[in-house]
Amino acid sequence: MGESTGRLTLALAQINTRLGDLQGNLEKHLTLAKQARASGADLILFPELSLTGYALQDLTPTVALRPTGEDRLFRHLLQASRGIDLIAGFVEADARSRFYIAAAYFSRGEVVHIHRKVYLPTYGLFDEGRFFAWGDAVRAFDTRFGRVGVLICEDFWHVSPPYLLWLDGADVFYLTSASPGRGLSAEPRLGSASWVEHINQAYASLFTVFVAHANRVGFEDGLNFWGGSTVFDPDGRRLVQSPYHQEAVTLAELDLAQRSRTRARLPLLRDERTALTLRELLRIQSDGGGLAGGKEGGHD
Amino acid sequence: MTEPAPDLTINTDLARQILVEFLRTEIQRAGFSRGVIGLSGGVDSAVACYLAAEALGPENVLALRMPYKSSAPESYAHAELVVRATGVQERTLPVTPMADALFELVPDAGSIRRGNVFARLRMILLYDQSAEFQGLVIGTGNKTEILLGYTTLYGDSACALNPLGDLYKTQLRQLARAVGVPEVILAKSPSADLWSGQTDEGELGFTYEQVDRLLVLLVDGRYSPQACVEQGFSAAFVEQVLERVRRNQYKRLPPPIAKLSNRTVGYDFLYLRDWGT
Repeated sequence: MGESTGRLTLALAQINTRLGDLQGNLEKHLTLAKQARASGADLILFPELSLTGYALQDLTPTVALRPTGEDRLFRHLLQASRGIDLIAGFVEADARSRFYIAAAYFSRGEVVHIHRKVYLPTYGLFDEGRFFAWGDAVRAFDTRFGRVGVLICEDFWHVSPPYLLWLDGADVFYLTSASPGRGLSAEPRLGSASWVEHINQAYASLFTVFVAHANRVGFEDGLNFWGGSTVFDPDGRRLVQSPYHQEAVTLAELDLAQRSRTRARLPLLRDERTALTLRELLRIQSDGGGLAGGKEGGHD
Repeated sequence: MTEPAPDLTINTDLARQILVEFLRTEIQRAGFSRGVIGLSGGVDSAVACYLAAEALGPENVLALRMPYKSSAPESYAHAELVVRATGVQERTLPVTPMADALFELVPDAGSIRRGNVFARLRMILLYDQSAEFQGLVIGTGNKTEILLGYTTLYGDSACALNPLGDLYKTQLRQLARAVGVPEVILAKSPSADLWSGQTDEGELGFTYEQVDRLLVLLVDGRYSPQACVEQGFSAAFVEQVLERVRRNQYKRLPPPIAKLSNRTVGYDFLYLRDWGT
């Protein structure tokens, strides 16, 4: 992966979507991908469920698709990926009619990777577990810009999926979300924005990786989506920040060699004791400790 | 170190940005570009009017004044201040003839019933003007009154969308100041103006400031009643407020439909209003 030491121009596509309108949303993807390509971007990152909208509820089965070249939407995205890599969010139907919140990485006319959301928030205002099946894999994958990983919203509210991506070799984390804004206080940012930015900066710093986050904007009934997409570099520095609450395509220049410089100073990855971690996890699990009440039985 | 208790201070710039965009987006998605507001002369409807004027343009907002013959004259004057400051369209349709005709049929109606009649007649006028003006009815109910049930079902609570329902009265006052609601409106005691001398706080038996400090703990902070008492509220007050919130849950939900089929509206026929838009 010689190219992974080079530069990557990333477009964060912080879009609004139309709820359940696949065609309308697809057209926006294709238009923005074309524009991003003309601006020199190598990859365009769309938010969670960017092709469908977020609070789908009973629309879920009607917008679900099988991610193959036979699918009309995918055919257009595959075609677009001959000019620019894309990450887009959709509802994936499997062969047995289970529906997943998914994100696909398209490059050079192929689907390189699909991630199915592994944590479905079903509490507070969220009801994802009612409509969707749980993904069961967290995998890094190779791209023409090095080894990377994709996670969707609640996946990175938990520390384990980013940790797994790190150990699996991902040097860029692509995080997508449709994060409803909440937590108004005296602060200039919503509580949800503040939280996500903190953890993303922390992941970049702890794992010495690039963390790129595309969040959507707009409203669905009374829910607002706050945008504020960011890229943090392996030193935890904020490279770019999109505006809050407005549609925007923000370009970020990632100097992928920064990873090596940071890790020369801070060899956290070199020193990470995975065998110790695994041993202790197995002990904790067999002791019936913290994992006893987890999701093991229900979803794995 | 203990966590600071949730407080009621809000960033008014952020609230304003979100609420203005909410009104603009959601009204347009419903296929409209205009809004109608019942303008009472009080703080809540004044804030809604300022936000709507900013969201839709003042020419696309109709402020409807609907006084009864015994309404306080300053209510009318204060509404006028808001109309002039925002530049919205204005119409005055008194409820007096409709209300008096009804009271002739039910002369023994007491103040609660009469208050509800006013609220519901105003709803009829708002929805009629909504059709004529081709604008959606913008609600003005705040979080405090929604939680306490201090509202008339199918009356002042009736609307197409509500920008203010997640702001406590105390927070609305902050927003009112920030958007430029005249001080004279902010300074007076909140009143539904349903009868002479009525004030919300007199009728409720506590001040908005007191109850908002408690509600933000109970509802937003998820404090137990006992933890609220430990924060300095009297057990009787906590109990009184909780009971009021519980008793009025019916006002916050659509009426239950008796389930018979496999798929029933309200239970398992689930779509947002924004379905397809």
